[in-house]
Amino acid sequence: MYAFDYRRPSSLAEAAALLRQDPEAKLLAGGHTLIPTLKQRLARPSVLLDIGHLAELRGLREENGGLAIGAAVRHGEVAASDLVRRTIPALAALASHIGDPAVRNRGTMGGSIANADPAADWPAAVVGCGAILRTDRREIAADDFFRGLFETALEEGEILREVWFPRPERAAYAKFPNPASRYAIVGVFVAKFADRVRVAVTGAAPAVFRATEMEEALTRDFRPEAIAGIRVPEDGLNSDLHASAEYRSHLVTVMARRAVEQARAS
Amino acid sequence: MPQVRMVVNGREVAGEVEGRTLLVEFLRERLGLTGTHVGCDTSQCGCCLVLVDGVSVKSCTTLALQCEGANVTTIEGLASDGELHPVQRAFHEHHGLQCGFCTPGMVISAVDLLSRNPDPTEAEVRSWLEGNFCRCTGYHNIVKAVLAAAAELRQQKAA
Amino acid sequence: MVAKGIGAAVPRKEDRRFLTGRGRYTDDIHLPGEVHAVFVRSPHAHARILRIDKGPALAVPGVLAVLTGEDVAADGLGHLVCGWLVKSKDGSPMRMGKHPLLAQGKVRYVGDRVACVVAETLAAARDGAEALVVEYEELPAVTSLAEAEKAPVAVHEEAPDNVVYDWELGDRAAVEEAFAKAHRVVAVDLVNNRLVPNAMEPRAAIGVWDPGTDGYTLYLTSQNPHVHRLVISAFVGIAPEHKLRVVAPDVGGGFGSKIFVYGEECVVLWASRKVGGRPVRWREERSEAFLADAHGRDHLTHAELALDAEGHFLALRVSTRANLGAYMSTFSSCIPTYLYATLLAGQYRTPAIYAEVKALYTNTTPVDAYRGAGRPEASFLVETLVEEAARVLGIDRAEIRRRNFIPKDAFPYQTPVALVYDTGDYATSLERALALADYAGFPARRAEAERRGRLRGIGISCYIEACGIAPSAVVGSLGAGVGLWESAEVRFTHTGKVQVLTGTHTHGQGHETTFSQLVAEALGVPFEDVEVIHGDTAGTPVGMGTYGSRSLAVGGEAILRACRKLIDKGRKIAAHLLEASEADIEFVDGAFRVKGTDRQKTIQEVAFTALVPHRYPPDLEPGFEASAYFDPPNFTFPAGTYVCEVEVDPDTGRVSIEKFVAVDDFGRVINPLVVEGQVHGGLVQGIGQALLEQAVYDPSGQLLTGSFMDYAMPRADDVPAFVVEFAPGTAAAANSMGVKGCGEAGAIGAPAAVINALTDAIGVRVEMPATPEKVWRALHGRRLAQAAE
Repeated sequence: MYAFDYRRPSSLAEAAALLRQDPEAKLLAGGHTLIPTLKQRLARPSVLLDIGHLAELRGLREENGGLAIGAAVRHGEVAASDLVRRTIPALAALASHIGDPAVRNRGTMGGSIANADPAADWPAAVVGCGAILRTDRREIAADDFFRGLFETALEEGEILREVWFPRPERAAYAKFPNPASRYAIVGVFVAKFADRVRVAVTGAAPAVFRATEMEEALTRDFRPEAIAGIRVPEDGLNSDLHASAEYRSHLVTVMARRAVEQARAS
Repeated sequence: MPQVRMVVNGREVAGEVEGRTLLVEFLRERLGLTGTHVGCDTSQCGCCLVLVDGVSVKSCTTLALQCEGANVTTIEGLASDGELHPVQRAFHEHHGLQCGFCTPGMVISAVDLLSRNPDPTEAEVRSWLEGNFCRCTGYHNIVKAVLAAAAELRQQKAA
Repeated sequence: MVAKGIGAAVPRKEDRRFLTGRGRYTDDIHLPGEVHAVFVRSPHAHARILRIDKGPALAVPGVLAVLTGEDVAADGLGHLVCGWLVKSKDGSPMRMGKHPLLAQGKVRYVGDRVACVVAETLAAARDGAEALVVEYEELPAVTSLAEAEKAPVAVHEEAPDNVVYDWELGDRAAVEEAFAKAHRVVAVDLVNNRLVPNAMEPRAAIGVWDPGTDGYTLYLTSQNPHVHRLVISAFVGIAPEHKLRVVAPDVGGGFGSKIFVYGEECVVLWASRKVGGRPVRWREERSEAFLADAHGRDHLTHAELALDAEGHFLALRVSTRANLGAYMSTFSSCIPTYLYATLLAGQYRTPAIYAEVKALYTNTTPVDAYRGAGRPEASFLVETLVEEAARVLGIDRAEIRRRNFIPKDAFPYQTPVALVYDTGDYATSLERALALADYAGFPARRAEAERRGRLRGIGISCYIEACGIAPSAVVGSLGAGVGLWESAEVRFTHTGKVQVLTGTHTHGQGHETTFSQLVAEALGVPFEDVEVIHGDTAGTPVGMGTYGSRSLAVGGEAILRACRKLIDKGRKIAAHLLEASEADIEFVDGAFRVKGTDRQKTIQEVAFTALVPHRYPPDLEPGFEASAYFDPPNFTFPAGTYVCEVEVDPDTGRVSIEKFVAVDDFGRVINPLVVEGQVHGGLVQGIGQALLEQAVYDPSGQLLTGSFMDYAMPRADDVPAFVVEFAPGTAAAANSMGVKGCGEAGAIGAPAAVINALTDAIGVRVEMPATPEKVWRALHGRRLAQAAE
C-alpha cells in the first residue's frame, strides 16, 4: 500500500465536507474491496474516511411497506436480521452467501453497491427489487443507478446513505458461484410484486441488468416453465476463463428458473 | 503518526501506527503475536482471522486504526491458564491440523461459528469454513474436530 | 509393548505450539538490524533486458542496495542446477539452459527475477522496486506445451527446438509385436493439468552473513535444508559448505514446492554480505508464489492399450510431452521420466510397455515435483485407459482389473518398466473398497438420482506408487546427482531422556510424533521422553530431507538402526554391571535382563552408566548415542483402490462428490491418525486436480490464474467426508518395519477415481479439471448429437 492518512469523521456531513475538500480522499466502510485494491497499489488515496461506524448509515428498519437498510450495515447483519428474514427473506439469503463469514462480518451492503463489481450479489437485489438508493443529496432509482463496469450514478463526493427495498410478494436469488472466487458467475434475483415481476442478473455482463423478456413472461405466468425457453443473448455477456458468454447465457435461464422455484416455495 | 488503542487478548495495548498499517502487521510486528498468519493477498485464505469484538475478521484486510477501542482475540489468547479452548483441544484430539499454518485462522473461525450456532450440522460446518483454506488435512478432521468441539461446548453449557 | 508405541493413534506432540500460535515459521523470526528484500520480476514472458537504471530505486529513502544479474556475475556466483541427468534416446545428455539467480540479459517467464531491492523497511523496498527502471525488448514467446516443439522461438540457445530431452523406456519391439496381434486397441489422449502447489505458508527466507566469522546462516522454508546447503555452496558458490548453516524451522506445508533451490533464497543470503552483514528478510506474496514457485504436472499424452478378447492387457504404448517451463528446476528432469514411466505397469501384469517422453521448455514458470510427482500422471493414465478398455469391451470395470492384476503369489514382480515390486495384494484392496462403496448397490442409487434429475456415476482407481525414495545405486545409475539414503542420530542424556536427530524434515507430516513412537517402542522408553530434532544443518546429521514418501521408510529405518546400535552397546554395559555374559543379556521392555532371572538394568540406568562411566567396561567408549545411515535396497510400493461416486447437475454441469472410499495398503502403519490425515489431504489435492485446479496462461504468457480469485483451491464444502481404511497390508521388504509411505497416495489415486466416476455419469470423458462449463458442454454436445441421430 502507498501511505495514506486515516480519519474517522463523526457524521455524514463531516464526511461529505472532507470529501469535497480533498478530491483524493476515499470512503472506507468495511474495506473488503478497497483494502485489497490498495494492497495491490492499484489506488493511491490521500486519506481514507472511515464511515463504517456512522449511526446514520447503520439503520435497519421497516419503512413504508419495505425495508430501509443503511449503507454501512454489514452483510452478516442483513443475513442474521429477524426483521429482514420476516419481511424480505430473499435479501437475508442473498447476504448469507456473500464471500465467506469473515467477509460478511466486515463487508457492507453500501460498499458493495457503490463499488458495482459486475460479479457482486447486492446489485441483483437492488435492481431485482427496484430499490431506491438514497444518498446525502438525492434519491436514485435502481434502474438508473448501475451504469457499467464499476460505474454508478454516484457523483464525485456523493455518499450512498441507505437503500430502500420495496417488499415483494415473493422473491429469491439463485447464484452460480465462480469455483475460485465464489463471486457470481451468474446470479439472478427474481421478485414478484402484485402487478409485475422483476428479474435482475448479475455476474453475466459488465453490469447488472434486467431480463425483460423473462419479466414479461413471469408477470403473465409465475412458473419456471414460463421462462425455460428464454435465453438472454450472448452478445455483450462476459466471457472469461471460468465461463464463456454462451455458458453464461445458458446459466441465466437456469438460475432464473431456480430462483422462481425457490420464490414459489417461499 | 496516529495512536491506536485496543484490547488484545485481555491486555490494553497502544501504539503509533501509519494509516496503512494493517491489523495483522500491528499484531505480528508490533505486539509479536506471530500466531496470526498471512497466506494470501486477496483476502481469501482465512489464515489471518482474529476475533474483533467477538466476530471473526480478516486482519489482513482491516486497518489497525479501524480497530480503535476494539477487543481483539488472537490465537494466542484463546487458551486460558494453559488450558486449551475446547476447539483447540478437539483439533488436537482429532488431528485437525498438519503443518499448522492455517490452524490459527481455522480455530478462530470455528470459535465464531460455535458462538452463533452451537449445534451445527456437518454441512453447516463445511459451508462456514469456506473462507478458510487448508492444503494439508483435506478438511475431514477439521470438520470432525469442530463437530466434536460443538458437542463438548454444549455439554459444558448444560453442566 | 509400550503405551503410544507402534500402531497407536497418538495425537501429535507438535500440535500444541501450532494450536496456541506458538509455531515458529521463518517469517516469525526477527533478527536485530534486519532489512527487507523485494524482488522485481519480469512482466514479460520472453524479453531481452536492454537497460537497468538503478538510480531512481537507490534514490528512494531507505533503499540500501539494488542487485541485478550483472552483480551476480561480477561476484562470480554460479547458476541454479537440475541435479538429475537424463539422457535422450540417442544417448545425448539433457540440454540444460543456464538458470541464473537474477536474470542475465534475458527474462524467460512472467515472474522471472530481474532485480532485488534491499531497504530499511518493506515499504521502502517496495517503493524502490517500483522505482527501478528496466527497459525490455519483448521477444516472441512460446507458452503452450502443444506448440513448444514447432515454435520459431527458442527459450534457451542450448535447445534450439525447445526439446530438453527425448527419452524412452521399455521394449519398443515387444510392444509393436503385441499390438500387431491384439484383438482390440483402446486409445486415449490425455491432458494432465498444470497445478500450482500453494502450500498455505508462502516461501520466506532470512539471509545472514556474519562478518566476524565469515559464516552464513540461511533461515528458509525448506523440505531439505542439507540439500539447500549443498547446492548453495557447491553450485551457486555463495559460501563454502562448512561455513553455511541452513535452518528450516516450522514450515507451513511443502508438497514438493519447498524441495527446490530457488533464486530468491540464494539472493537474500548473498545480499546480507552486500549490506554489511545485516540480516536480509524476504517473504513471498501469494501472487508472487503463483509466478515463482515451481508448478506441477503439465503433460500431454497419447496412450494405447492392446487387449485380447478376454480383456487381458497385452501391451501399453505411451507417448508424452512434458512441460518443464522456462528453466530446469532442481529435480525437474526425473519427474516425467523415472518417477512417471516406471509406474506405467500400474497394478497389472501388462507384459510389454514402451514409453517415450519429450520434455520441453516453454516461457512459463518452471515445473517440478508436486505431491506425487510423475506418479499421479502415470496412475491417471493407466486407470483412465483401463476403464476405457472395460467400456469398449463391455466388461465390468472391477472385473477387468481382477483379470489383469499381478497375483498375490507373483511377488517379487519384475515389471517391464524397470521396477521390481516387492509385495502386494491388489485384489484384497479392490474387493474391500467395492464393499465399502456398495458397488453392487450403485444401480439403485443411480436410478434414484435420475428421479431427482441428477446423473450419477461411479469410478474406480487402483493406483500404485514407488515410494521410500530411493536406493542410491539405482538412482545413481539413472542419473541422480545425489545419494538418497537418510541419516539419524539417537542420543541419551544423563537423565535418561532421548533426543532423536533426523535428516528428514517435518512440515505437517507429524514426524515428531511418529518417530517418537518408533523410538519409544524400540527402546522401551516413554513416548514423552523422546524429542525429535530436525531442520538445522548445524544440529542434525546430514540428510536428504522429506519428499517422495521417504521419511519413515528411509529416515525411520535409519532411526531404528541407530536404536539397535544403542541396544547392542547397552547389552555390553549391562553385562558388565550385572556381571553376566553379554550373550545372556536380553533387551525387553526397556530393560537389559539376564535371561531367566529378574536381574536387570533399565536402559536409562545403562545410559547413565555410559555417561558417568565409573563402573564401566574398560574397552568401551563412554557415551550413549548412536548414529546410522540407511540406504534402502528398493523402493516401497504403496497401492490401493479408490472408489468415487459423483452426481452431476445436468443443467449447470456442476459435479459433486457424493462418496469417496479409499482402501490403501501402506504396509505397517505406525500412527493411524496421522496416516489417515495424510490420505485425506492427498485425496483433496487429487480431487482439486480433477475438478478445480489449473494454471492457465494466455498466449502472451501471462498467468491468468495468478491468485485465489482465479485459481480454484478446494474448500471444505467442495469435498465430502471420506471413508478411509487400511488394507490388511503386505509388509514392505525394503525396510525392517514393513512400512511403505503414505504422503502422496491420495493425490496419486484420486484424479482417476473422480474422472472415471464422471465419465460413468455422463458417458463422455472430460479433461481435467472437469469444470462445470466443460461438463455442461460435454453433456450438451452429447444431447445435440443424440437429437441429430
